[in-house]
Amino acid sequence: MERSFEQYFRQNRLPHLWCPGCGNGIATKAIVQAIEKKGLDRDKTIIVSGIGCSSRASGYMDFDTLHTAHGRAIPFATGIKLANPELNVVVITGDGDCTAIGGNHFIHGCRRNVDLTVVLFNNNIYGMTGGQASPMTPTGKKATTAPYGAVDPTFDACKLAEAAGATYVARSTAYHVQHLTDMIANGFDNKGFSFIEAMVQCPTAYGRKNKMSDPVELMKWMRDNAVMKAAWDKLPEDKKVGDKFPIGLLYQDTEVDYATAYEHVIEVAGGAGK
Amino acid sequence: MSKARLMQGNEACAEGALAAGVRFFGGYPITPSTEIAEGMAKMLPKVGGKFVQMEDEIASMGVVLGASLAGKKALTASSGPGISLKQELIGYAAAAEIPVVIVNVQRVGPSTGQPTAPSQGDVMQARWGTHGDHPMIALSPWSVREAFDTAVMAVNYSERFRTPVILLMDEIVGHLREKVELPEASELEIYPRRQPSKTRAEGYQPYAPAEDLVPNVADFGNGYHIHVTGLIHDETGFPVGNPKVTREAIDRLHKKIAIAQDEITHVEEYCMEDAEYAVVAFGGTARTAYEAVLEARKKGIKVGMVRLITIWPFADKAIKALAAKVKGILVTELNYGQIVNEVERAAAGQCPVELCAKYDMTIFEPEEILEGIENLAGGNK
Amino acid sequence: MRKQIRLSGSGGQGVITAAIIYAEAAVSAGMEAVQSQSYGPEARGGASKSEVIIDDSHPIFHPHVKTPDVVLAMTQKAADKYYGDLHSDGILILDTDLVPEPPKFGNIIQVPITKIAIEQAGKSLFANIVALGVLTKVLNLVDLDTVRTAVSHRVPPHTIEANMKALQLGYDAVK
Repeated sequence: MERSFEQYFRQNRLPHLWCPGCGNGIATKAIVQAIEKKGLDRDKTIIVSGIGCSSRASGYMDFDTLHTAHGRAIPFATGIKLANPELNVVVITGDGDCTAIGGNHFIHGCRRNVDLTVVLFNNNIYGMTGGQASPMTPTGKKATTAPYGAVDPTFDACKLAEAAGATYVARSTAYHVQHLTDMIANGFDNKGFSFIEAMVQCPTAYGRKNKMSDPVELMKWMRDNAVMKAAWDKLPEDKKVGDKFPIGLLYQDTEVDYATAYEHVIEVAGGAGK
Repeated sequence: MSKARLMQGNEACAEGALAAGVRFFGGYPITPSTEIAEGMAKMLPKVGGKFVQMEDEIASMGVVLGASLAGKKALTASSGPGISLKQELIGYAAAAEIPVVIVNVQRVGPSTGQPTAPSQGDVMQARWGTHGDHPMIALSPWSVREAFDTAVMAVNYSERFRTPVILLMDEIVGHLREKVELPEASELEIYPRRQPSKTRAEGYQPYAPAEDLVPNVADFGNGYHIHVTGLIHDETGFPVGNPKVTREAIDRLHKKIAIAQDEITHVEEYCMEDAEYAVVAFGGTARTAYEAVLEARKKGIKVGMVRLITIWPFADKAIKALAAKVKGILVTELNYGQIVNEVERAAAGQCPVELCAKYDMTIFEPEEILEGIENLAGGNK
Repeated sequence: MRKQIRLSGSGGQGVITAAIIYAEAAVSAGMEAVQSQSYGPEARGGASKSEVIIDDSHPIFHPHVKTPDVVLAMTQKAADKYYGDLHSDGILILDTDLVPEPPKFGNIIQVPITKIAIEQAGKSLFANIVALGVLTKVLNLVDLDTVRTAVSHRVPPHTIEANMKALQLGYDAVK
């Protein structure tokens, strides 16, 4: 079996620190396979991450990699992209990192339509710190800071991205590996803010608290509840209930990206070619 | 025709940064620093640089760090609450050794304080504002021309030492307009971005220190595949949970600045040849202190002034020598009393150290400092 | 020779711009100049003050005016607040209509600055340039041509002509 994706990892940094059964490895592999599929220049591809389980991925990936501060991956990535627009900038973030502490940066990154590919590993929990509730912990589910079940309603990060101005929004899961890879790869084709939510299982912090500590059960849940966008659109409203959620390309638009728009500013100011 | 023109301190700061090679600015508007952002928004695209107004102060700090890692000299500017918000990522820049300059045009605090009023209340915040142990370089100009000069110095130091540098302005100098003649580009010494001295094949390690203890971290996009993190890391750049590596990493951050302190720490002396007393002042306050010194001289008091241009690292040597020479020191600062503690520490009991403090929105009048000088001289006769 | 000048009014009257232009003119005439300002956080309507110190030979350190030689006040409130520390030989310049109750001070020059701006220059917006003309004449430090050049560098190109007229009107209004 060909394992060409292995060349994209820093072998001397492995094994990774993720728990047995964690979905982060699947999502990370999907990113490098998408990079391989699209033939991105490794020397010109930068991986930027925040803080949390997801964000440790950058350290294992053999590119220029940046492990930033909690919630701040998108501003750092914005600076990299604007300073050198020829770089492909990929952001790896988590549900807490992106939608809680980094929420403001997330919506403004979308609004500016900076040419980034942002992959959110959604494990529904703060895993690194032992299972506290995040803005994407489903209401009623348990966490160490929600011992009686989460009171807060959740964010739908994809709807948030679309409303804020992202020009490519997709969702997939760690169960649908090839689909996830395609969703990320297609995101690279969009010159603008591409957002891909990757649902990943967390058997340790999220599963255990919610009677789903078997990773296989968690992946079966993804299999049984994810509905392809085309099918989802045909589904009557009374069937879009329970844990059902759509996956696939959810939204796409064509708008000028920030760096290109700024090139126009430079031209008007007379700085072109300087 | 003379090159002399009227210019504002904030404007001169932006000009200086540009002259030093800054090509990226990320910021958020806040009084009294906004003119720096406005100046950069106008000037940067003219030279092919970029300006971005971010959603908040934290993002402003993040975006300039990203730009710096991708090879552009980068600047941000703020005041008061904005500087408080930036602290997390100022620490990140110290830990990950990313060159960046943060301008703080100080205003009255704490909190929202007095947004348009002058203060020098962020002296200790500049040194200790973020969590953890790290050194800091902070410079404080007293004139519009020096706002330009210290902006150039700040950018140069940030590049040379790969460290965040705070340009600690105050509203007095930031909003002051005065006659200024700026140097030609050819007169300036600009420190270029450090480059890796080895290839990957030769065993390049991004955080291996050069002879001056500063690492030659490669800019992103050059094929080095480096890893940058705010976690404590070894020479490879990768995090290590190990007491020895942790101690050595923090040691090196301090030592790279400490061994160059004599070059970084600038003070200027005025009327000190025969002085029996000295005023220690910095920033806009030094302008008033100098007039007070001249007045006191007219009254026969042998007093001079030592002006701190570099606030951090503190001028320990200069103050120690000063305290050995004079009968008393008067520290004037526009706050409740901050740098006075450093002066006392460095003076180490060799002479009395008195404080002339003000923290009421207004700047010193020369008479107020003169009174302090007279009390100091009178009390020691 | 050192001159300390204070321009005051309410935010939006343009006294700070007038002060900057006068300081710019002094610098192009080869003098030392510093200009500082204080205003409320609101850009419009608050009390507004700007100070200019000009010296023909010595550098200027302390940036604030201690004993002004000239105070110009464009509102009653500004006049009442800012004339008090005038030099006994100093001059208080008042907008005749906007300062209906002149403070008790020996040397007052009253000019209907805003009225001239509206009726002769065409817009109240030009009041600060009319005031600058008045100041130029009263101070007699920097010649009118140099101030003219400084104004033309500061104002939008399409308004230069109107501003030149306003400047001249102010200059001529002082007898």
